[in-house]
Amino acid sequence: MKRGGVAALAVLLTGPAQADERRSGFDYMGPETQLMQTDDMANPGMLAVQAGMRLWQETAGDAERSCESCHGDAEKSMRGVAARYPAYDATAQSAVDVAGRVNLCRTRHQGAEPLPQEDADLLALVSLIGLQSRGLPVMPDPDPQMSQWRSRGADLFDRRMGQLNLSCAQCHDDNAGGHLGSAPIPQAHPTGYPIYRLEWQEMGSLQRRLRGCLSGVRSDPWPYGSDAYVAIEAYLMQRAAGMPMETPAVRP
Amino acid sequence: MWAGLVLASALTAGGALAQGLPEPLPALPGDPVRGRAIVEDRQTGLCLLCHSGPFPDVPFQGDLGPDLTGVGARLDPAELRLRMVDSRAINGDTIMPPYFSRDGLNRVGDRWTGETILDAQQIEDVIAFLATLTQEESE
Repeated sequence: MKRGGVAALAVLLTGPAQADERRSGFDYMGPETQLMQTDDMANPGMLAVQAGMRLWQETAGDAERSCESCHGDAEKSMRGVAARYPAYDATAQSAVDVAGRVNLCRTRHQGAEPLPQEDADLLALVSLIGLQSRGLPVMPDPDPQMSQWRSRGADLFDRRMGQLNLSCAQCHDDNAGGHLGSAPIPQAHPTGYPIYRLEWQEMGSLQRRLRGCLSGVRSDPWPYGSDAYVAIEAYLMQRAAGMPMETPAVRP
Repeated sequence: MWAGLVLASALTAGGALAQGLPEPLPALPGDPVRGRAIVEDRQTGLCLLCHSGPFPDVPFQGDLGPDLTGVGARLDPAELRLRMVDSRAINGDTIMPPYFSRDGLNRVGDRWTGETILDAQQIEDVIAFLATLTQEESE
């Protein structure tokens, strides 16, 4: 009785909408996989971070500049950066994710070729940058230009696709927590990318993860680097606002 | 094409949603043994990714759709057929893929363009098998 009264009071004070029903994919994992993520000595993503630290200091391109030449110590300059990406780039007039930002730096400031999507060096740099936001809340870019990207992402997320005629939302909103075969369906909060995925046995980006689902419903994935991925990423990160970043996360 | 026609007739029969497709698809009579193989195969039927049922030898059955235990007692072949051919006729928001319809699909991959998930014979085989699942409890 008393407990019911306290609960009712809590609802009055905070409102039911305040209850955060959001769950990271981390929460759906077994304890062994969780420990693999939380123990830096066991987390394979930390190898990518180490490679990223080395690459951060290496010069690239005609300008013979490294990331460090301009940005200095990544631990200071990159703190919180990944938590607000994708972000709007006024020059490109486009939203860019962290990998896209690294490649813009390469072409604009280093005189270097962009690295291909899923290139190990690119994933390593993005992992290093992501780590500097670990534990910080997702804080989406406030640039008003981002809203149209998020709204395009929402449209794509809700759209049925492929021969199996399924939308992202039908599994990851309506059936999150259910099981596809033995695999729990998570709520699609991309707080830990790049991730080390046990199924891949390597690091991969959110774009690679999205491609997996697109193939799964028997659609054709968009080419790597397509705006559609960045739009979905921007929408999902908006939904994950306030949740802690986990990069480099481990996922099954 | 054929599936679209029968579906249209099912949708308009009696001015309300008919609950089934009584007419078998153009195929030989369904074979429950082949039907079981299709249901249990993860690449062909895909059924057990979402459904569980009385299949003790199949690991990792999903829980997104109804349990198939006793489905042959709950639904007759016409009702099973409609749900297999295009479950959107029952529920527009269904997550059950349309196994014998290409209507309204979006961005189907090149490999699958113009194909239905199963062919008419496979649908009839699966219906014949599901009709045998009349026990409400798995042993």
